[in-house]
Amino acid sequence: MDVRFINAFLAGTTDVLQMMAFVEPRPGKAFLKKDNAAKGDVSGVIGLTGAARGSLALTFSESCILKVVSNMLGEEQTSINGDVKDAVGELTNMVSGSARKKLESEGLSVTAAIPTVVSGGGHSIRHVLGGPSIIIPFETDYGPFFVDVCLILANGS
Amino acid sequence: MDKGLKLLIVDDFATMRKVIRNILKQIGYENVVEAEDGSIALRVLKSQKIDLIISDWNMPNMTGLELLKAVRADEELKATPFLMVTAEALQENVVAAVKAGVSNYIVKPFTAEAMNEKLQKILG
Repeated sequence: MDVRFINAFLAGTTDVLQMMAFVEPRPGKAFLKKDNAAKGDVSGVIGLTGAARGSLALTFSESCILKVVSNMLGEEQTSINGDVKDAVGELTNMVSGSARKKLESEGLSVTAAIPTVVSGGGHSIRHVLGGPSIIIPFETDYGPFFVDVCLILANGS
Repeated sequence: MDKGLKLLIVDDFATMRKVIRNILKQIGYENVVEAEDGSIALRVLKSQKIDLIISDWNMPNMTGLELLKAVRADEELKATPFLMVTAEALQENVVAAVKAGVSNYIVKPFTAEAMNEKLQKILG
């Protein structure tokens, strides 16, 4: 996968979490994921088209997302309820928007669909392209989360 | 700046309305009302005095841009300051919003400081 995608989603994720939830994410080493199983408890998934096509998933551990949403809303969250799922959708939207802004500056114009949210231990993520995806793991003081990207350039590379 | 001003948040996502309300609270604005889309916002604007509108761009029924145009076309409401919230600062969207008379715009994600700066620019 083009390294520009990895960098854009890495920076977009960090910006969104820092600005909206006052959480400092620490990125780990990206790796290839070959199955559909999510690495956390709740995921936001969004389809992307344009200069690149595929999808992006943001998967949070329960402890991480509860802290993130508590900070965003200024209200303590104790379970993955409707508010938390809505917030995961909005976070996915914002990460995609922020990354697309960075890709635009590299000459890659990408548009996004409306995010969907999936939850539950062991839930699966189905990427639009169905192929292997790249996982960027992040650690926070409140638990891990993962950015799961499956994208190809529209010219097929 | 008068922190007692009444602000209207317009966004179809309840969570995003809460996020913006929380950010406004951090910078001292607690007199806030909410609407879930442009058409509901117009009803709110007609029923009470609102000092500033903070509206999302993408909404069902009536978009932020349509709401802005409706506000600017209404004799009673047209002077109301209007801050547009967008997920991305696409040049064509910015041009359309400026043409329609937006007071300023802010791109998500944003910090409380960035929101405060925008409000100061509009209200200051």
